[in-house]
Amino acid sequence: MIPMNMVTPPPDLALISALQSKLVAALRPILPEHALLWEPEDTIPYECDGLAAYKRMPLAVALPETEEQVAQILKICFEMQIPIVPRGSGTGLSGGAMPISQGLVLSLAKLKKILSIDPFTRTAVVQPGVRNLAISEAVAHLGLYYAPDPSSQIACSIGGNVNENSGGVHCLKYGLTLHNVLRVRGILMNGEIVEFGSLAPDAPGLDLLAIVMGSEGMLAVVTEVTVKLVAKPRLARVIMASFDDIEKGGNAVAAIIAAGIIPAGLEMMDQATTRAVEEFVNAGYDLEAAAILLCESDGTPEEVAEEIERMTKVLEQSGASGIRISRDETERLKFWSGRKNAFPAAGRIAADYYCMDGTIPRRHIATLLKRIQGMEKKYGLGCLNVFHAGDGNMHPLILFNGADAEEWHRAEEFGTDILEACVELGGTITGEHGVGLEKINSMCVQFGEGERESFWGVKSAFDPEKLLNPDKAIPTLSRCAEYGRMRISGGKLPHPELERF
Amino acid sequence: MNATNPIIETFREQILHAAKNKTPLSIEGGATKSWYGNANTYTKLDTRTYSGILEYQPEELVITACAGTPLKEIEAALKEKNQVLAFEPPHFGEHATFGGAIAAGLAGPGRISVGNFRDFVLGTRILDGKGQDLSFGGQVMKNVAGYDVSRLMPGSMGTLALLLEASVKVLPRPAATATLRCHISQEKALRTLNEWAGQPLPLSASCWIGNGAGEGQLIIRLAGAAAAIKAAIPLMSSLVNASEVDPQSAEVFWNDLREHKLPSFENIAADQTLYRLALPAACGPLIISGASNEIVLEWHGQQRWIKAAGDEATFTLIKQLATSHGGHATRFKQGMNVNPAFQRFTVLSEQAHSKALELVQERLRSAFDPAGVFVTNRLP
Repeated sequence: MIPMNMVTPPPDLALISALQSKLVAALRPILPEHALLWEPEDTIPYECDGLAAYKRMPLAVALPETEEQVAQILKICFEMQIPIVPRGSGTGLSGGAMPISQGLVLSLAKLKKILSIDPFTRTAVVQPGVRNLAISEAVAHLGLYYAPDPSSQIACSIGGNVNENSGGVHCLKYGLTLHNVLRVRGILMNGEIVEFGSLAPDAPGLDLLAIVMGSEGMLAVVTEVTVKLVAKPRLARVIMASFDDIEKGGNAVAAIIAAGIIPAGLEMMDQATTRAVEEFVNAGYDLEAAAILLCESDGTPEEVAEEIERMTKVLEQSGASGIRISRDETERLKFWSGRKNAFPAAGRIAADYYCMDGTIPRRHIATLLKRIQGMEKKYGLGCLNVFHAGDGNMHPLILFNGADAEEWHRAEEFGTDILEACVELGGTITGEHGVGLEKINSMCVQFGEGERESFWGVKSAFDPEKLLNPDKAIPTLSRCAEYGRMRISGGKLPHPELERF
Repeated sequence: MNATNPIIETFREQILHAAKNKTPLSIEGGATKSWYGNANTYTKLDTRTYSGILEYQPEELVITACAGTPLKEIEAALKEKNQVLAFEPPHFGEHATFGGAIAAGLAGPGRISVGNFRDFVLGTRILDGKGQDLSFGGQVMKNVAGYDVSRLMPGSMGTLALLLEASVKVLPRPAATATLRCHISQEKALRTLNEWAGQPLPLSASCWIGNGAGEGQLIIRLAGAAAAIKAAIPLMSSLVNASEVDPQSAEVFWNDLREHKLPSFENIAADQTLYRLALPAACGPLIISGASNEIVLEWHGQQRWIKAAGDEATFTLIKQLATSHGGHATRFKQGMNVNPAFQRFTVLSEQAHSKALELVQERLRSAFDPAGVFVTNRLP
C-alpha cells in the first residue's frame, strides 16, 4: 500500500557513497570503533524494525554509549543536515524505525543502565535502552513494578515506549506510558540537552512532556526517563467467560464498565483465535464459544473477592454461556497464556500475519467484528481478532503468505479497510503501535489539512530543519493528495465528502 | 470541516479581527479564576455562549462537552450515572465552566492517586489563531495517531488556542470511601504518606494542616472496594493513632479543601500572597521565614500552600527554595495591595535544563497562533 517509489526516488548510489564517507569520517573521532557501523553486513540487521515488510539500508548506524556522544552525533548531523532515525530495541510494528537511505540510524540500545531506584518516592531513573520488563524485575524485591506492559515488554525499550506512548494489557486501570512517566531528559536535534516534565506534580510553562509522549522519535532523542513505580497488588485473579455470540460478548464489556468496575485487564478473543491458540497452549479454552472474555481483578484479597463477585454477576446477566474463575496463580497464567500467545499462534497457522491496531468506542466492537468478517470474504484472507476490549483497542491479525506479492497486497488493502472502518466508527487508526510509515497514508483519512499542517508546526517547533525521523507519522500535503488520487483510481473513494481528495 | 455554527462563526470573526488589528484576546468563561495567572487588560472573548453536553455514554467512560458548559452541569450529569471527574477540578465559584477548568488545568485532592487534568483529556476541538476549526485526539482511551495536541490544552491558560469542545475520561465513583484523622508532625506525616503510597493500600487523598513548628493534623481519604476500605481502616489507624471522621463532615472537608474554603486559604491580608509550591515526593518539611503560621500540604506533600509577604524578594526566595528541591512555585492568589503586574509563575529559564524550551514553546505558540491573538502572557 505504501507507494515507496512515489516518495523515495531510486537512490543515487554514487551520491550515497560519497555522503556515507563524509558522515563516517565525521563520526569516527567521537565514537569507539565498535560503536559505528557502515559496512552492509553490519548494518543489515537495522534495515527494518518489527514490521519486516518495510526495509531500507541507512548510510550508517551509530551506537553511542553516553549521553555526551548522543549530543555530539546530533550536533554533527545537524551541521551536515543529515536526517536521523532514532531506534530502541526495534520491536515497533509500524516501521517507525525504518532507516532513511541518506540518513543515520541512531541506536540507543547501549544506553541500558538503570541509574537509580528510589522506593521511598516510588521512582526509577533509567536510560532509554533499558527493557520495559527489566524495570519491573529490578524493583520486584521492593514490592513495586512499572505498570505499562506492552506484549513486547520482554524486549522493547523504555525509550521506545515513550516515543510510542505504549499501553499494554493493564492500561485500562493503570494507564499508558504517558501516565507512568514523570520526566524525560532528551536532546534536541541541534544538540541541546533539555528536560520535559518534572519530579514535582507539574512543571512551568506548556505541558511539553505530554506532546513528546508518543512523538515517534520526531521531536527529541530520549536519553533518560524517570518512571513512576506502583505497589504490586497482593493478588490477581481472572475470570474466563464464554459467549455464544460475539455481540453478547461486546455488550458484556460495556456492562462491566457501566456497573462501575474498572478491571485490571479486560481482553477478548474471537473463535478463530481461541481455536488457533488452544492447539498451541492447551489453556482449556471453550472452542465452541464465539468469543471469550478475560476479566482480571487485582488488589487486596478482600478487594479481589468483592470485584470477582460483582463481575461474575454482570457476566451472567450479559448471557455468558460459561464462566471459570482462576483458582490460583498457575491457573491465572494458564488462562492468560492463550491471549499472550495469540501472535505466535497466528504465525503457526499462516506463513505471515499482519497486525492492525485501530481503536474504536467500545459499543462498536461487535459492529467492527462483523465488518471484518465481511472483509475476510472480500479479500479471501483469514483474520484472527484479539483485542484490549476494555479500551476498544483491536488487534486483528490478517493471515497471508508473504512469498506471494499479490497476497501481501491484498493483506495491506484489508488492513487499510479496517483502519478506515475504525475512523468511520469514531475511533482512530492506531491505539498503541504508532503511525510510523505503515499508516502514514491513513493519516490523510483521519485528519484534515489543517490538523496535518498543525502537526508540522509542532514538529518544526522542536526540529525546524526537519531532520529527526522526518519521513514518519505525519504525511505531507502532496503525499495525501497523491494518496487520494490513488484511492480513486483503485475504484474506491473513501469519504467522498472530503474536498481534499 | 465541521458544519458551521453561528456561535463558532462569531468566535472566528473575533479571532480574525484580533489577528488583523494585533489586539490579543483574553479568553474567559465564568470568570471564577480571573485572579489566577498574569494579569492583562485585553478584550475578553466570552466562551459561555457555546455551552452544552454533546455526548455522554457512561459505559464509554467519556464525556464530550462545549467549553462554555457550567462545570456543575457536567458534574451533575456524571453524578446521575454514579461517575466522577476523578481529579476533582476546583470550581472556585458558582459559574465555573468546563473550558475554564481545562485552561487552568488545576486538580483537587484526588490528583495524587488518579493523575492530573491532562491525564484525562482524550480529545479537543479548537479554533487556532488563524480561525481554523481543528480537532485532535478523540473519544477513545488509546490513540497515538499524530501528536497529542489535546493534552497541551490543560494548564495553557488560553495562550495557545480557543478551546471549543473537549472529551474527558471519567471514572466510576469509588464503591466506598472513608476519612481518617490524626495528630502528627509534618515530618512524620510526609514519611508515613510516602511509605503508604508504596504499598497496595486504597489511599486516595491526603492533607496535612499545621503550623511552622511542624505540629498539625493529617487527614487521609481511602477509596475503593468496600472490603478493601474495611480492611485498611484498622491497619492504617493503628499506625498513626487515627480516628474515623463521620462521612458527612468528611465530604464537607474534602470539598472545602478543593474549593479553598478552609480558613488557611481565606483572609489573605492586603500585602500577602497565597503561594503554591509543587515539589517532588522526596522533599521534606521546608522552612520559609516570614511565612504565616498556617501551612497546608496536599498530594502527600507534593502540593503545598503558604501565605507570606507578597513582595518580589519573598517570591524570589520561595521560588529558589522550590527549584532547589526540583519543583517550582506560583503566586497563586495575591492580596489587594500586591502589585498585580508581578510575574505569577516560575519561568522556564529559572529551571535547570529548560532554558532551550523557551524557544520551543514560543515556536509552538506561533505555529498555532502566528498573529499572536492569544499572546496574553497569562501563562509565560
